[in-house]
Parts: sequence; structure tokens; C-alpha cells
Amino acid sequence: MSVITYRQALRDTLRAEMHRDENVFLLGEEIGVFEGSYKITEGLLKEFGERRVRDTPIAEEGFVGAAIGAAMLGLRPVVEIMTINFSLIAIDQIINHAAKIYGMFGGQTSVPMVIRTPGGGGQQLGATHSQNIELFYSFIPGLKVLAPSTPAEAASMLRAAIRDDDPVLFLENLGLYNTKGEVPDGDESVAEIGRAAVTREGTDITLIGYSRMAMVAGQVAEKLAAEGISVEVVDLRSLRPLDRDTIVESVRKTGCAVVAEDDWLTYGIGAEIAASIQEGAFDYLDAPVRRVAMAEVPMPYAKPLETAALPSIDSITTAVKETLSAVGRRVG
Amino acid sequence: MADTAKPKGGGTARSTGGRRRSRKDTAPNIADEQPKTLLDYYRQMLLIRRFEERTAQAYTQARIGGYCHLNLGEEATIVGLMTALQERDYLFTNYREHGYAIGKGISPRSVMAELYGRSTGVSKGWGGSMHMFDTQTRMLGGYGIVGGQLPLATGAALAISYRGGDEVVMCQMGDGTTNIGAFHESLNIAALWNLPIVFVVVNNFTGMGTTVEKSSAEPELYKRGSSYRMEGVRVDGQDVLAVRDAATDLVERARAEQKPFLLEAISYRMKGHSVVDPAKYRTAEQAEEAKANDPVLAFERQLEEAGILTEEIKQEIADSVRDEVTDAADFAENSPHPEVSTLFDYTYATPVPNESRRMPADPVFAE
Repeated sequence: MSVITYRQALRDTLRAEMHRDENVFLLGEEIGVFEGSYKITEGLLKEFGERRVRDTPIAEEGFVGAAIGAAMLGLRPVVEIMTINFSLIAIDQIINHAAKIYGMFGGQTSVPMVIRTPGGGGQQLGATHSQNIELFYSFIPGLKVLAPSTPAEAASMLRAAIRDDDPVLFLENLGLYNTKGEVPDGDESVAEIGRAAVTREGTDITLIGYSRMAMVAGQVAEKLAAEGISVEVVDLRSLRPLDRDTIVESVRKTGCAVVAEDDWLTYGIGAEIAASIQEGAFDYLDAPVRRVAMAEVPMPYAKPLETAALPSIDSITTAVKETLSAVGRRVG
Repeated sequence: MADTAKPKGGGTARSTGGRRRSRKDTAPNIADEQPKTLLDYYRQMLLIRRFEERTAQAYTQARIGGYCHLNLGEEATIVGLMTALQERDYLFTNYREHGYAIGKGISPRSVMAELYGRSTGVSKGWGGSMHMFDTQTRMLGGYGIVGGQLPLATGAALAISYRGGDEVVMCQMGDGTTNIGAFHESLNIAALWNLPIVFVVVNNFTGMGTTVEKSSAEPELYKRGSSYRMEGVRVDGQDVLAVRDAATDLVERARAEQKPFLLEAISYRMKGHSVVDPAKYRTAEQAEEAKANDPVLAFERQLEEAGILTEEIKQEIADSVRDEVTDAADFAENSPHPEVSTLFDYTYATPVPNESRRMPADPVFAE
């Protein structure tokens, strides 16, 4: 067992998959000579050469589409889009093409590709560089959307994404790259796409998150445990397909739930979770499902404003306690 | 016959003349051709003409749904382009592609059945008019979004180059596509990475109704490759032999030299943008011009004058084409619709847990 960063887990996995399969190659802006804006691809150009680590022009629609076309001929491109905000420039290729080609042509060709891209606010990057728009992709049948929250999951889920025959949007997070976690040495595990996980068992309330918010949910649970509150944490892991059974099973046990999401509340991923809970656990609910989400503003630059707009340990803690007190349970 | 736009900029010297036959000097002459070959082109052109006429009829009879864009008037361009491709070469097109599908080798039956939305259709009834696709003949799709096929075709060429293969990709588009970002991004990438692809612009001077002059600041579209130091060629799309020669030249150069080219075929759309478009925006003169430029009739006359197409052969071809089209329509009509039970068969290639198989009225949790 080694303790490594989320960044290192991604890099190690990319490297191992490129050694494993000649069809796996990387393309994206500044991933080669510059070694990646967030240094995920550090050292890979030197090791694999320009054929397999391809710097692209700043042309998201062009290079994402090129990856799709290459995947149609059986290669397994892993595209890096510098941040999820820039995926908007490629959205026609992702939604109208990658997601459609398998079905639209009657299953004649699959699109085995991965789009790696980080979301996440909190870096003072302002309105256009701090969005969490994974919802757009999670909405689309034909895409798979993964959102790992730990280094170990990042590795096993990236392995799964690369080996899967469908287009996978692999959501990373700027706030997770430097986080550390245990990864088994020589780990070859391949995550099952489409499964959520109960990452901490509890009995009082279910707290649901994904990506960075799953990590924060764990921290909230840890903190509340000290106050005698038993929080069950569900990490969604896969935003599409969505594992509603795991969520509902947990809520049936605890009787109440809070969703922590890094996106905006209205029409957001939490809305889908809340709707699923009311349908699957209506008779078990002792309180309305609460959602903790970003303030609905274009993200400001100034630090106090940005901090106030983002979900935090404190705001999630408050929502958990208020939900528990709404059902008349003991609040620490 | 064909103009060439030689890329400026000294850095990349390109042999645009010399060992290549100049199309300007030697317009193809039917006297140099095998009669059998010419009759074969004629038959293919007539097949596309009759197929599309039958398609329009079926559409107005509500046997075909959705949008329906026809290749009427583009027969010479299509047959010329498809003749230039080897079987192993790949084709990507836009949504006006029934003729291309047939030209690449898909049977008219499968194309018509797709138009009828039947499970025997080339895309199993999932694609319709705009989305013909066939792995076998390497027709890798009609695409409904303007410009959507360009990045994909570029990627297919990248895969060929990555593997060191000797296939070529042809990527067809309309004139309006040359204004969209995907066009410029794809040409740039193809040129940067030396990809074996021929981009083909079928210029019929009209988007839906907006003219090229109103939408392209450089209306001589073959010159638009110059920004990427990509050689561009313009050819008379009404002349099947000229198209064949120009396309063959570029396809083989793309294969041999591993680099992209741009071909512009000047063409006429004989009818509206789609079956339901009466094309009122066209002046009577423009409509007359398109009619006068009917490539099938022109080629027919040429072959007749040369004594190649006799009255007897003409009738024979007309009959066999009519039979083939009737057979295609009958096949489509008598083919089954896809079973509703197959609705969830093609969402994902790799099945995973928790894929939704919910019908509209089903509860999310069916227990």
C-alpha cells in the first residue's frame, strides 16, 4: 500500500494503460511539452513520444471530434480537456456525436474514448473557469459519466473508463489533485461503472456527494461522529448510469438525507437525487431531502465572495443538523 | 477545367504541377474512355436519379418521415467521387447522402429500408435519411449536424496514420459548412498532422436559401484551404469524368504523400433544400439554369452523340434501373419495423449496471 496523490494515481494509471494497450493514446492542449496544465501527463511525452502523446491546437471541437473518429476505427483515445468549462466548445462533438454514434447507426460502431476533465471552483478563477457542468453530460444517454473522489478510485475508475467501449466523461476536480490516499501496490482493480458506494456506514442520516463533495461529506461525517451523530456517506461515483438503489437503500435505513453538490441547485444533480429518493423511499422519509449547492451566481473572483458561494464543511454540517432537528432527533 | 489554389508561403514547397497531369490542359474526353466504363457511370447516375425521385414520392406519401434531403442534380459529382475511392477507403458525409451510400456500395434496398425506418435498413431503422452508416462498405456515416462529420473524418484519418495504414478518408460537405468552426479546426489539424484525407465541398451555391456570396467572405471555396497551406482544387461537378479525375488524383496523392487536400465540386441542387421546400427564393432564371445543367441528361446526350448509348442500351438501362428502384421500395415496404423490445439495445456498447430501461410511464423503481 502506498499513499499517493490523486494526480499521481491518474498519471500512473495512464502510463500503465498505455503500456498495456498500444491503441491507447493521449491528446489534448499542452499535455506533451508542457506536461499538462495540472501536470497529470508529466513525463509521458518523454516516455511514449509524439505519436502517443499528442499536443493539439486550441481547438476543442476539432480534437475531441478527432478522438471520436479515431475511436470509431478502434483506437482508444484519452482526451484531456483543460477544464470542464472548455468542454462547452466541444459540446456538439460530445453530445451530438460521441453519445449518438453507437445508437444512431444501429450499434455498428462503438466509441471507446475517455474525456478527462477537471471541474471545481475555489481557485479564484472567476465566472468562466469555476463551473461544475457535469450535469450537462450526465443528462445524456449514450455517455457514461464518472466522478471519482479518492486516488484509489481515480485509478480503478480510469482503468474502467479506458477499457470500456463507450464514451466516458471522466470528471476530475481541481480541489482533489493534491489530495492523498492509499492505493494498493500493483493495483489492477477495475471499478464497476454504474455503482455508487457507501463509503461510511451510519444510522442517523444519509449524506450523498460525488467527486470533491464526497470527500467533504466524509469530513463532515467524521466531525459529526465526534458529536455522536452517525452519518452514512454515499459516494455516487457514477453520475450516469446513476445507482439509485444504493441511495434509496441507505435512506430507507436512515429516514433522511442531505445531498452535497458542487453545482448549482436548480435543475442540478441534487434535484435528480432528491426526486429519486422521494420516489424510492417516500414512506421512509422523516424529513424533506435537503440540498447543499453553490449559490446561483456567476462565480465571483474576490475570495470572500467565492468562499461564500461554495458548499463547505460548515454549510453541509448545518444542513445535516437542521434536517435531523426537523425530524426531532438529537442534535449535537 | 479545374483551377488549383496553390498554397502561398514558402516554408512548405509542394509539387502542384510537374509530374501531375494538369487538369486545365487535358479536360477528360469520352473518346479516351472504355464504353463499358462510361455506361456504368451513366447507369449509376441514373440509379441515383430514379432512387431519389422514388424517395421524394414515398416521402410525399408519408412512407418516409423526418427530414429528407435529396441528391437530385449531384449525380455526376457523387459517381465521380465514389469512383475515385478504393473499397478500403472511408467515407464521411453530411445529411444529403442517399446517393453517396449507394455509390459507396450499400444496396439500394438497405438505403430505402432505412428511409422507411425498417429493421432491414442499413442503420437498422435507427438513423433515417440523414444517418446512413455501414461498416462493411466503410461508409462511416451521414451526419445531420452541419460540420459534425469533419472532426470525425479527421480522426479516422488520424487512426489510419497512427497505424501506418494506406487507406484514405474522404469527407464530403456542403458549401455552407466552410463557414463553421469545425471546418477550420479540422483542416488545420489534418494539415498539421499530415493526415490522409480529402475534404470535398459540394458547392451548389446555396445553404438552405442563403447564397455562398452572402455567407462566405471567400466565395471561391477551394481557396479556403490556403490558410492551412492545403492545396485546393475546383472542378466542374456536372462532369463525372472531371470529378473522377480530380478526386482520384487527390485521393491517390493523399495516400502516397500522407497529406490532406481540399476539392470543390461546382454543382446544382435541382430541387429545394429538402423534399418539402418549394425553393421560392430561387429566381426563374436560376431554376432554369439548374435544369439546363442536369448532369444526367447532359451525360446521356454526350454518350448518345458519341454513339455509345444506343436507343436499345438506353432502354435496357432504364428498365433495369427502374426494376432495381421498384425492388428497393418493395423490399422496404415489406420489411418489418424494429421491435419495440429492441429500444434499449444500442444505448451502450458495454453493458453496465443501472442503465435505465424505463419506458415513459414506468415508475423509476419498478418492484
